Amino acid sequence: MKTIATGNKAVAEAVQQARPAVIAAYPITPQTAIIEQIAKAVSSGTLNSRFISVESEHSAMAACIGASLTGVRTFTATSSQGLLYMHEMTNWAAGSRLPIVMANVNRAVAPGWNIWADHTDALQERDTGWLQVYAGSVQEAYDAVLMAFPIAEHEDVLLPVMVNLDGFALSHIFQPLETVEVGDFIAPLHLPHAIDTRDPAGYGVLTGPESYFKFRWDIERSMRDSVNVIQSVQEDFSRRFGRSYGFTEDYLCSDAEVVVMAMGTLGKEAEIAVDLLRVEGIKAGSMRLRWLRPFPELNLAGREVVVIDRSYSFGFGGVLATSVRSRIKREVYSVIAGLGGQEVSYEDIAGFVRRRCIGREDWFGVNGHV
Amino acid sequence: MKIPEEEYLLKCTAACAGCSDSLTLRYVLKAAGPDTVLVVPACCTSVIQGAYPYTAFNLPVVNIAFAAAAACASGMSEALRALGRKTHVIVYAGDGGTLDIGIQSLSGAFERGTDFLYICYDNEAYGNTGMQRSGGTPLGARTTTTPMGKRHQKKDIDAIVAAHDPPFMATACPAYPRDLFQKVRNALTFRGPSFIHVLAPCPPGWRFPPEKSVEMGKLAVKTGMWVLYERRHGKLSLSAPSKTALKNPAPLEEYLSPQGRFEGMDGADIEALKRHISENLLKLASEEAKG
Repeated sequence: MKTIATGNKAVAEAVQQARPAVIAAYPITPQTAIIEQIAKAVSSGTLNSRFISVESEHSAMAACIGASLTGVRTFTATSSQGLLYMHEMTNWAAGSRLPIVMANVNRAVAPGWNIWADHTDALQERDTGWLQVYAGSVQEAYDAVLMAFPIAEHEDVLLPVMVNLDGFALSHIFQPLETVEVGDFIAPLHLPHAIDTRDPAGYGVLTGPESYFKFRWDIERSMRDSVNVIQSVQEDFSRRFGRSYGFTEDYLCSDAEVVVMAMGTLGKEAEIAVDLLRVEGIKAGSMRLRWLRPFPELNLAGREVVVIDRSYSFGFGGVLATSVRSRIKREVYSVIAGLGGQEVSYEDIAGFVRRRCIGREDWFGVNGHV
Repeated sequence: MKIPEEEYLLKCTAACAGCSDSLTLRYVLKAAGPDTVLVVPACCTSVIQGAYPYTAFNLPVVNIAFAAAAACASGMSEALRALGRKTHVIVYAGDGGTLDIGIQSLSGAFERGTDFLYICYDNEAYGNTGMQRSGGTPLGARTTTTPMGKRHQKKDIDAIVAAHDPPFMATACPAYPRDLFQKVRNALTFRGPSFIHVLAPCPPGWRFPPEKSVEMGKLAVKTGMWVLYERRHGKLSLSAPSKTALKNPAPLEEYLSPQGRFEGMDGADIEALKRHISENLLKLASEEAKG
């Protein structure tokens, strides 16, 4: 069905189609509309789920863990401070090998109080064992949530998935949305280690160094195996519903001499910047990173790379820039832009490309170069 | 009342000699039976169950982060009920995980009417990390972080839980195993959240010989330091051992003096503790009299 929707509404629509048995969540701007819509669907009976209005995000993730351990599908949504508050439990969810799906509406981290788009929240979760995907449009937020369940629940993965969408820039923006009839795209969940009182086991018991180390490796092995699973789920999605996704969304990259890399809505903005640059005769392309974890192979041989980071690792550099640099094993032009919802237009991005300086890092609007 | 022979906490755990936590668990699990999931935050019980790939428990045990037990149980209970299963969900947490770091999730789960039983076994300090003070440590008790004795009274978690108006709540002590067993059975007949607060005398923490754990529990009840009761839908009734004991309470010193943690406690503190105890007894007696 074709409609128009905000990013938040799209996420809530997708969750209703995935039909989690238990949803536990705590409101936070700009995520609130997601859980309000879900709560409404549960209370009106259109969604047959248990909605737990927990008293904190730490408890939201703990409740999802408790529910997921019984072998049922679970979902939560949060943002920013909420995500940071549940950090202890996001580690617990991944370590317990639970296919929990979470929507995170990317927002800056305080202080000062700032409710606008920024990727610092999700990037601080980078090393927890969650798969992370970033949406660039309302449609993609919807599709990514639908795909997150079969990816997380696949027996080769059994890790939680975080679907990221930019606060306000996507969560509150109306765009066209085409919903689908999911049918059997999302198979019933089978959790091999679900709690069974007839076959009792200990969960998360004290674990010595030798076994602990193996469990950690097993997370990494599944993270590596998830690459094939993501690919096959995305292909299945494309066959069924006609929309194709990769690990990156590449726009005019094949003959590009310079490629802009970004995540989320800035990556979409970069595509318009590429159009502008092409008119000027600059052979630019855009490669919007969708999956941050697992981090994909990047085909950037022979191209200059401009990386836009909407977050920063203090004392080292932009998280995306350092990741890309490490992947392609050469220098990039690193632009730090859009923190705390800073306005970054396609004109600005075109400017980054025109004035690029490989090997250098600039903070947009802060230091002189850009 | 017949207490089942079946053991769900197996022998040879990593518990200290004379551990009241283990004794409590044996009766709790006998009362709950095999269709039970235990949710355990960081506490002595996370240690005594043994190390992977072994477990001392003959039913599923979910270990969860310190602050998260009641929330984890909320999710589990909702999921099990959605699946149409009546499996008991029991949080088994220490005083730190209940009175202190876990109080937010405890309060949330009780306010939401979660169908579960929350048991706090209270050894009045952070036992797992080597006896630091907790909100449950009584006035005057020495712990490794209150080397001169605690300056504050024990936090009244029962009053806090009572303010949530749960259908069932009780106090217990493994020195009275039949009372404990029956209270767990009673709790599990109620739908919604129930709470049992168990005093768990701790030989290494309280510094008394391991063979005296049961005696110490009895002295706590006989002196009125610990009062056994249950409250059904807000209606309080004192349990038989406390009813008997409180007709003629033993002097508090009989409870304090065998314990190294109260060594050197000054007279003023002992008087303050006595006042605190008698105020508590008056409060409970008048609540019971109101009916």
